Amino acid sequence: MSALSANTDGLRRRRAVNRLMEAIATAAAFAAVVVLGIMVVSVARRGGAAIDLNLFTKTPHPFSFTNQPSGLANAFVGTAVIVGIATAMAVPVGVLSAIYLNEFARARVAFLIALALDVLNGVPAIVVGIFVFALIVVHHGQSALAGSFALSILMIPLIARATQEVLALVPQATREGSLALGVSRWRTTLGVVLPQTIGAIVTGTTLAVARVAGETAPLLFTSSIVGDRLQWNPHLALASVPLKIFEYSESPDPADHARAWAAALVLISFVLVASITARALAARSRRRMGLHR
Amino acid sequence: MATTSPSLARAAELRRRGRFHPGDAALHGVTLVAALGAVALLALIAWKVVDQARPAMHRFGLHFLVSNTWDPGIHQVFGAAAFIFGTAVTSLGALLIAGPLSIAIALFLTELAPRWLRGPIGTLVEMLAAVPSVVVGLWGILVMGPFVANHLEPWLKHTFGFLPLFGGDPSIFGLLPAILVLTIMITPIVSSVSRELFLGVPQDLKEGALALGTTRWEMIRGVVLPYARSGIAAALILGLGRAVGEAIAVTQVIGGNVAIHWSLFRPGDTLASRIASQYQGATTKLQVGSIAYLATILLVFSLLANVAAQAIVRKVARRQPVIR
Repeated sequence: MSALSANTDGLRRRRAVNRLMEAIATAAAFAAVVVLGIMVVSVARRGGAAIDLNLFTKTPHPFSFTNQPSGLANAFVGTAVIVGIATAMAVPVGVLSAIYLNEFARARVAFLIALALDVLNGVPAIVVGIFVFALIVVHHGQSALAGSFALSILMIPLIARATQEVLALVPQATREGSLALGVSRWRTTLGVVLPQTIGAIVTGTTLAVARVAGETAPLLFTSSIVGDRLQWNPHLALASVPLKIFEYSESPDPADHARAWAAALVLISFVLVASITARALAARSRRRMGLHR
Repeated sequence: MATTSPSLARAAELRRRGRFHPGDAALHGVTLVAALGAVALLALIAWKVVDQARPAMHRFGLHFLVSNTWDPGIHQVFGAAAFIFGTAVTSLGALLIAGPLSIAIALFLTELAPRWLRGPIGTLVEMLAAVPSVVVGLWGILVMGPFVANHLEPWLKHTFGFLPLFGGDPSIFGLLPAILVLTIMITPIVSSVSRELFLGVPQDLKEGALALGTTRWEMIRGVVLPYARSGIAAALILGLGRAVGEAIAVTQVIGGNVAIHWSLFRPGDTLASRIASQYQGATTKLQVGSIAYLATILLVFSLLANVAAQAIVRKVARRQPVIR
């Protein structure tokens, strides 16, 4: 009898521990969601109050105490130019290395290249900035092109891995069928296999763009010494949205803070919408390819 | 991962005997160049960064690592000790909070949450990783900073003030805000890797444990966690690597100070944040070299951390094909 009651006491204790641990795990998950919520809400509230059309059409006014309309048009243009060129550089390299990785490389070589890509993905962005500084900026000065090159280094592993994962899902029979019809290997790869992965390339690229559009560190040493004029020329250092937010966030002037919040709202909206869309598309194409996860 | 099956290889072999396609060779060549280019980039990064650091390496040697000065003025003496210390404190501090938190989140997402809730919450947690670091930093200065200085730090001081960690005056800028910002930034990474790991634990093992009468927590402690142990280590290393390399958000909240001290309330600097904060000011070759020297330390650490983590991940992936 006493043994039995001790046993139920043990059970009660075990259940209590279980409930405690479950509560902790639940609380942890909600804490993360709440932090995201607080962050998004404060950016939306403060940014929403400061945002207007001038932000996109006017360039910064040097004296914030005069009530001249002031905006960040140069930064938006600069970010578009820098990220656009970075994408144009990274997509071919990323996609082609993925094709090599999946279609041509032997297992051992593929393992090493995939490892190198993953390690490249882990190199801190600030170190990539210093690298491009040493490689280009020391000799040719700052330019949007140097910034683009730095960002493309961050994009290549993301695009390559996203493409390669889906290439690996294309059924072997597809390739064999095409080859059996007498189609050459390269036309099979480019005409039959690659088209099936277009969706993955697009989503991978979108995720990569979303990630680097907000990167500040690689631009500090490559495209940071800029004026307030609106410029399109990629041979010059161009202003960028993240760098402007960085500068304004360290300013003592509340008007600068307001502009930083407005720019942050635009940036965060772009990044979140792009990543959510890319994820949704990726989930859909995975389902289509018969991978249920 | 290479998918060249025997039959495909044989087909290629047969066709090669038949006729030679210049297109095949061309595509092979072009893709090979691209892939090697990506690998060569890694080597080039290492070489150029070290090369740039050479003046400082010649001048200071390994003494750079233990010297606690950063004097860009007339004396031109540079050292990394304070920044290595700051990096260690902030990254380990962040890992100490984010590690258990992330594992708890991953457990919630795989074992506890109702099925309809798993997708949305998982996505929200990962969205936290998509917030650009400069925005996290902006929020860190203007929203979190005042809260930390006015509420969190006074409370910590009041409650744990006898510890040197919580001595000193509360302030918006300091090591503690940096730890919190880093925690926010690495939690999504560690938790999403852990979640993949927990999803890979075989269902039979879990059901077996539950059938023996364990509670859910006992099942997790006895089956899920041991099964995923090495993978969790890899996830933590990846998180640590990310925390060590994060520059912008940390620069915004850490305050910038060359000092080694135990108070989390006072400002400091990490390797990455020191590099970032020098972007306008470096004038002499020696100072530029010293910045590159800091980057070299960072690079060496991140290479070691990433290779270690990836090695573990790949070993685990061979055992359970679910994880990529």
